Amino acid sequence: MFVDGVRTPFGRAGEKGMYWGTRADDLVVKAITGLLERNPSLPKDRVDDVAIAATTQQGDQGLTLGRTAAILAGLPMSVPGFAIDRMCAGAMTAVTTTGAGIGFGQYDVVIAGGVEHMGRHPMGLDADPNPRFLTEGLVAGDALNMGNTAERLHDRFPELTKERSDRFGMRSQQKVQAAYEAGHLQPDLVPVAIRSEQGWGLATEDEGRRPGTTMEGLAQLKTPFRPHGRVSAGNASPLTDGATAAILANAKTAKELGLSVKMRMVSFGFAGVEPEVMGIGPIPSTERALKNAGLTIEDIGLFELNEAFAVQVLSFLDHFGIDDEDPRVNPWGGAIAIGHPLAASGVRLMIQLARQFELHPEVRYGLTAMCVGLGQGGSVIWENPHHKHYGKGR
Amino acid sequence: MTDYSKIDFSELTAVSDDEVVTHSYVRDIPLASGKTLALITLDNGRDHTRPSTLGPVTLLELNDRLEELKVRAAAGEIDAVAITGKPYFLAAGADLSKVSEIPSREAALKLGQLGHYVLGKLGDLGVPSFCFINGLALGGGVEIALNCDYRTIDAAAPAVGLPEVFLGIIPGWGGAYLLPNLIGIENALKVIVENPMKNNRMLKAKDAAELGIADVVLAPVNFLEDSIKWADGVLGGKIAVKRPNQPGKLERLAKWDIAIGIAKKAIEGKIGTTAKSPFAALELLKAAKSGTKAEGFAREDEMLADLIAGDQFHASIYAFNLVQKRAKRPAGAPDKSLARKVNKVGIIGAGLMASQFALLFVRRLQVPVVITDLDQARVDKGLAYIRDEIGKLQEKGRVSSDEANRLRALVSGTTDKSDFADCDWVIEAVFEDLAVKQQVFAEVEPFLAETAIIATNTSSLSVEQIGANLAHPERLVGFHFFNPVAIMPLIEIVKTPQTDDATLATAFATAAKLKKNAVLTADAPGFVVNRLLAKVMGEAARAVDEGTPVPVVEQALAPIGLPMGPFELIDLVGWAVAAHVQDTMVREFPERFYSSENLHALSKLGGPVVEKDKHGKVTDLTKEAKKAITVGKSPVDAATILRRVEDELAGEIKLMLDEGVVAAAEDIDLCLILGAGWPFQAGGATPYLDRVGASERAFGDTFHHPKIVGLSA
Repeated sequence: MFVDGVRTPFGRAGEKGMYWGTRADDLVVKAITGLLERNPSLPKDRVDDVAIAATTQQGDQGLTLGRTAAILAGLPMSVPGFAIDRMCAGAMTAVTTTGAGIGFGQYDVVIAGGVEHMGRHPMGLDADPNPRFLTEGLVAGDALNMGNTAERLHDRFPELTKERSDRFGMRSQQKVQAAYEAGHLQPDLVPVAIRSEQGWGLATEDEGRRPGTTMEGLAQLKTPFRPHGRVSAGNASPLTDGATAAILANAKTAKELGLSVKMRMVSFGFAGVEPEVMGIGPIPSTERALKNAGLTIEDIGLFELNEAFAVQVLSFLDHFGIDDEDPRVNPWGGAIAIGHPLAASGVRLMIQLARQFELHPEVRYGLTAMCVGLGQGGSVIWENPHHKHYGKGR
Repeated sequence: MTDYSKIDFSELTAVSDDEVVTHSYVRDIPLASGKTLALITLDNGRDHTRPSTLGPVTLLELNDRLEELKVRAAAGEIDAVAITGKPYFLAAGADLSKVSEIPSREAALKLGQLGHYVLGKLGDLGVPSFCFINGLALGGGVEIALNCDYRTIDAAAPAVGLPEVFLGIIPGWGGAYLLPNLIGIENALKVIVENPMKNNRMLKAKDAAELGIADVVLAPVNFLEDSIKWADGVLGGKIAVKRPNQPGKLERLAKWDIAIGIAKKAIEGKIGTTAKSPFAALELLKAAKSGTKAEGFAREDEMLADLIAGDQFHASIYAFNLVQKRAKRPAGAPDKSLARKVNKVGIIGAGLMASQFALLFVRRLQVPVVITDLDQARVDKGLAYIRDEIGKLQEKGRVSSDEANRLRALVSGTTDKSDFADCDWVIEAVFEDLAVKQQVFAEVEPFLAETAIIATNTSSLSVEQIGANLAHPERLVGFHFFNPVAIMPLIEIVKTPQTDDATLATAFATAAKLKKNAVLTADAPGFVVNRLLAKVMGEAARAVDEGTPVPVVEQALAPIGLPMGPFELIDLVGWAVAAHVQDTMVREFPERFYSSENLHALSKLGGPVVEKDKHGKVTDLTKEAKKAITVGKSPVDAATILRRVEDELAGEIKLMLDEGVVAAAEDIDLCLILGAGWPFQAGGATPYLDRVGASERAFGDTFHHPKIVGLSA
């Protein structure tokens, strides 16, 4: 059971970003404390494990984050923790791994989440890829550059035009802004005190949003990965700092402790694809998750797809025959506007799906899915507890 | 009423051109309720080794920000103002190095007025004000908080306090008026007067909140976020702030003056009436019972100006700098890198002093400590004492059970000197007799490595003579503790002509590990503290011998403000010890030190020698003691005794400096402050001796150039 999830506001990575003076581990600690604070009926010593993901596990993102964050967040020393890494699907994997542990009866309650401070830990920093990747032709040289893999998707699927990507990017900005105005996103944000040269401030909203985005403006943007390419800052997720955390529990314990149940995990799937086109990863992973659940794509009423790149989401939609502007897909926008702090994003998708389940009791199943660097996809299918047939079989 | 806005403060900024400015940054914080809070951050741009301080330029910048916020508050742009600090610090108060450079009373007056002018605005912004005490807050830092309407405090804030009285001044930026009116007179007395006089004791966050200085303690993990949320709750009326310690009518009528009276008597009983700042603080606290804030601020302005202009404040700052700075970098200590590792300690002796050494060494160095004595029974008794003391530490929660086990396992006893073979440091604590000390070292040395350090705790013997028979006298050093060993912060490290630098460096490193302050002295009789105390005791004995009543003698030195009268001191160290020290000094310097037969007679009395009052002050000799002594018929008055002591001290200190006993007068003062509790307001001894003219009388000059005196002189 997905009991609850919160996140920090997401900040723009880099010196000008609001979290430049804030440590990565502090970000995830704020997420965990915010989560515990709004679930006061969960005794802290009942947490059986803390799984925190980060892609670049070094410095203030190293040292077995789940354990260190648990201590820093004031959980009792008896609560264990560990760090987890599946690049962009880190937090998602933290959820599926510990969720599976719950399903197997080994945990009652866990905390799963992720953090990525891409300002302090740029992608691939200090990475030392094995030369065999290249010498044996295992992976193309540019496959480690995510922008290039997105350009490659445009190559593979010529019908995915720059114009479609830009429009999707613009819609994402508009939908996020509309969601902000409706107050859908703010309730799950934990404010974070931020230190800057101008003194202390308080982060209360996602920093990277550009609600004024227009198609004309997008057309002017540079395509940094190729001259006259198609991938730009306007149709890709920005480099982002942020953290997420969620409480998972089995049904019995949730009931015993009076915890809310916002979603039920039905199935999950991970799959690998060629690293050069990592963006299509969610297609096979979703097929696997559907198969595990005994469902078809028609059963999914809401989609929270991570917008690493617009083209990569569009490839998914085309594959499953879903319209670019289908209202079931990312109704409150996505990572292009909100940001994508790699290993933190999986739980953000879940937080937003959980909110939408509340508003859409007619929807029984939802999907969270994302592509992963080095050619992977991850998908989790969730059931809506507000649906009339919830818990009654198909 | 003082109109602060009409005062020209440029005189203050002129002497503050090298101030490390603490900037005031303002950012608007959107509150969950939709309101806006303007958050001021105090940040001097330095790292955690340089706390933010509050100089004139800092205050004027803060003033500008507060003026702007007042305008914005009036325009409805902001709903509240909060002030906090850079990580770990709110503010460490006024920049004291600057305060002591103030040129005149007039400028000193302006310093108080500037603080009131600026900090007072925090209580007059037109919107509620909050202080988020995020870390260390001292002096003016606390007064920033007190001038706000509400306060939160970080549970990890390491120290909160108003140390002004400790430094010879008073909380003069609102503290003396605001604090008693916030937390009640008794609590305010504790914070403003009692704690500073208890060696400048500070409050932890929890204590500060219990006293009522802060309205709520918040956990460090989300301190600022939670403070902002709390402020929002207060603004919206969802959080009602309760202040049970705030004084009501009854307290003002029935309790206030009585509490002041009790405190006054306690101070007089403890340190006499010489020190000005505690009494100045009492006067302000008494007056804070009634009247307006503006009146309270004006009283603080005048009092602060008087004290800053006075001698005692300048001597206090001198003393403070000695303790804070010079004590941490002892003059004459060799390069630290020469120090040898001390991985095992041997202690010769198993008596009380030896056992106290063992306890201190094992706790601080956490290495094996072996004690030895003549027979197993004495050794066992010493070990039992040490283990018992470790048990007490455990009971008090000072050490965990694991730690207590570790310490107990590290201490062992032996009668076999060969067990000292692998000791890196051997110290003796045997009877104060040259032959005995020579003998115990002669027994141990053959077993020791050539590089092992040998230390003696002698208080009056020649260290060089103690080592006369050593094969390697270059590794012998004097290491003179003061009683009680666990508490007194001074060690006199004594260098003989043979002591080598490695030995000396190891002695300084060891003293630092024991958390003691060390002062280097030459191998001269009585070193520093005992030599000068012998002077004081000798003059006291001389006056009694002449027929002066003990009560007169005991009170004669009150104007110096010593922690205890001469006979109270003798009674504390023990009459036999005092007589022994006196003998040593007389033997070495018969022409300058006074030998008293009566002192010897009293040391052999057996029973109590003096009568004491409830404060522990000596009121007179006992009947038995009076019978045991023979006195003359030419009593002297208190002024004569005082003058004799002053002149003798000045002359002796000058001789010591000429002989090179220590590097400078500062080291004499440091020894007297740390080893004998001599007062800050006297600067130890030499600033006092300069300012009363004793130095001029004794040797026609002063110790300090210019003299350390107030602005009026």
